Amino acid sequence: MTLQQLERLVPALHSRGYQVIGPIVRDGAIAYDVVESLSDLPVGWTDEQEAGRYRLRRRKNDNNDDEALFGYVVGPQSWKKYLHPPEVRLVTAERSGRTFRILNNEPAPPQRAFLGVRACELAAIAAQDRVLQGDRYRDPVYAARREGIFIVAVNCTQAAPTCFCTSMATGPRVRGAYDLALTELVGPGRHEFVIEAGSDAGAEVLAELAPASASSVASEALCQEAEGAVERAASQIRRRLDTTGIRDLLYANFDHPRWDNVAQRCLTCANCTMVCPTCFCTTVEDVSDVTGTHAERWRKWDSCFSQNFSYIHGGSVRSSAKSRYRQWMTHKLASWIDQFGSSGCVGCGRCITWCPVGIDITEEVRAIRESPASAKENNHGNS
Amino acid sequence: MTMATAATTDFMLPQPYLVQQVVKETADTFTLTLEPSDGTGRNRFQPGQFSMLWVFGVGELPISISGNPADRAQLVYTVRSVGKATHALVSREVGETVGVRGPFGTGWPVEKAEGRDVLVIAGGIGLAPLRPVIYEVLHNREKYGRLVILYGARSPRDLLYRKELTAWARQPETQVLVTVDYGGLSWRGHVGVVTTLFKNARLQPARTLAFACGPEIMMRFVARDLENQGFAPENIYLSMERNMKCAVGFCGHCQYGPHFICKDGPIFPYDRMRPLLEKYEL
Amino acid sequence: METLEHIISEHSFFSGLESYYTNLLTGCASNVRFEKGTYIFKEGEEANEFYLIRAGKVALEIFAPQRKPIMLATVGEGEVLGWSWLLPPYQWKVHAHAIETVRAIALDGKCLRTKCEENHDLGYEMLKRFARIMEQRLEATLLQLLDVYAAGK
Repeated sequence: MTLQQLERLVPALHSRGYQVIGPIVRDGAIAYDVVESLSDLPVGWTDEQEAGRYRLRRRKNDNNDDEALFGYVVGPQSWKKYLHPPEVRLVTAERSGRTFRILNNEPAPPQRAFLGVRACELAAIAAQDRVLQGDRYRDPVYAARREGIFIVAVNCTQAAPTCFCTSMATGPRVRGAYDLALTELVGPGRHEFVIEAGSDAGAEVLAELAPASASSVASEALCQEAEGAVERAASQIRRRLDTTGIRDLLYANFDHPRWDNVAQRCLTCANCTMVCPTCFCTTVEDVSDVTGTHAERWRKWDSCFSQNFSYIHGGSVRSSAKSRYRQWMTHKLASWIDQFGSSGCVGCGRCITWCPVGIDITEEVRAIRESPASAKENNHGNS
Repeated sequence: MTMATAATTDFMLPQPYLVQQVVKETADTFTLTLEPSDGTGRNRFQPGQFSMLWVFGVGELPISISGNPADRAQLVYTVRSVGKATHALVSREVGETVGVRGPFGTGWPVEKAEGRDVLVIAGGIGLAPLRPVIYEVLHNREKYGRLVILYGARSPRDLLYRKELTAWARQPETQVLVTVDYGGLSWRGHVGVVTTLFKNARLQPARTLAFACGPEIMMRFVARDLENQGFAPENIYLSMERNMKCAVGFCGHCQYGPHFICKDGPIFPYDRMRPLLEKYEL
Repeated sequence: METLEHIISEHSFFSGLESYYTNLLTGCASNVRFEKGTYIFKEGEEANEFYLIRAGKVALEIFAPQRKPIMLATVGEGEVLGWSWLLPPYQWKVHAHAIETVRAIALDGKCLRTKCEENHDLGYEMLKRFARIMEQRLEATLLQLLDVYAAGK
């Protein structure tokens, strides 16, 4: 499919009532926001990522003089921004006399289409699905935003040095629930897309972009080329996280000296939890007006790195930085498995890139794996 | 909004309840009796479950239900005033409104105790979440064997439900032992931590289910002592506490190892807690 | 009528002790009674006995200037009161206050100390049993020190 054909995608989604959210360039990074056409996308941009480092750059600077729409990896934001908003009003209430009433007047969120969902992000959405609507309670805030989402996934054809989706078995090829999945092929004098439909709704949109004809069906050769591009991305991935027995490894190393080591570097700034596409923790804040007749309860993203997170009367349960880093990593990679049947890490590498001191979760796991604490230390209590 | 959607959000929205009665238990602890402001009596709960109580514009707190499960008309909570929100809660006056969400969490497995003896061990305000168990056993006396209540508090002034403790002690097949850490010279009861009561309690570990609630460190020592006396760890139940915001497993605050205290607990068998209790800053 | 030896051998503190030793102990034992409100011993006094409590309740108390008197622990039926007789300087560290009328078997510490010196097997048995009580007392003190009810729910 050509770029001209793909340009009908956003209007096709609009005509079906979707607000289209996609990648844009903002504040020197790839962000997700409302897009009106493909020209809003980061055309011709790419990103440089390393532990503690992120930079956008024009693709032509490195001999890729092309107009790629998806020629970068992932930015600091993820789709949880829309599905599990950073701030949301849970309750509005008004006092009347000595009682109050709950005003159930939240407008329904718009029906959204996500354009440019990477494989790791698709896995992250599936992970949050299990957390927020997979058990006996369904989070109505999440469910209302999640239901009927139209997903246009994108296969990665390049990887950042911080990527490790291959270790977490989430990418770079998209798998699972998407409506459309596209692979972008760019090169000198060409700009093509291979698109496959993953749902009836996707097939319908696809038919509108490229009415069924011999020319619109991708050739075997083109499909292989697309596959090759995704494999190239996979082969670029250098970071590894060995997940063998990781749950038991981390449980058994609760007292490993590495936690002290990482605590000396960790600033407990919570960046990793904010950029993580699966981190779901929230707090609730009460606000009221000066007259005391109007009150609201707001749910806001919270982080297990904050001191107050574990506060119960008398003090915080996890007051040391060590215990908070350990909680985050152990939850992500170990207890998440007990809780939700899968890892809480999708290998997107955001926590590595956006850590101001470049703490690398794959390196922390390796350090523990390579020098497991002795059995004696494991059994040593802390009482 | 459809009815179905409204029903699924019920657990997220505080329902208005009227404060019917406020009783001062100790210098800082109060018992509030609430009833639905629309007058409906539909308050089913399991002993050990908790609600989220919301004070308009101030904040929301997880509070165990301490009333009689057979009484569907009211919800009763015993609250210790230790911070801004709890202070606001206990300062409610009769006729004022409090928001209630819940009940949430697992209860004490009282059905498992049918035909067996019941040992209730409470420390401080930990007696509150256990009081529904006591009501349940005394209300259906023939279904249960002996009821032993061991209760420890800091000082005689900190004892909850003093009149009821005396009344319970007069019930058939019921033993009530009370101890304090610091007895004034006028105190004629037992002095020592709650574990020192074991030697006076007439217990048959093999046919007894133990329910303990109190500060975590107390429960640690209690559970360890009970195990030494021959209680199987799976017959000892503890009520755990962690920070809670949502009560339904979404907010992440109450995680304790792999467990969410709010939805997997707060009541857990000791065999599941034992590997975690001694882990500092878990 | 129960004999002293029978009471001693039936007491949980001496459970499993060979009859040869219970016989020896009986030689140092006597029946005692303390009326409610009286002091069994007071801090600083010479500690020359210990008690097997058969009925009633004893409060262990300590006083300090400018502070309210503190009741540290209570000792009741089936328990043992006092171990200061066992180790020098053989002096009570607290007051023992009969808050109920107390019936007990008093064991003469001086007599027992001599017998323990002569017979180390008996001495070891006694130390083992008292060490257990001290350990329990230490754990109880540890929990009091933690002031466990002050925080938490």
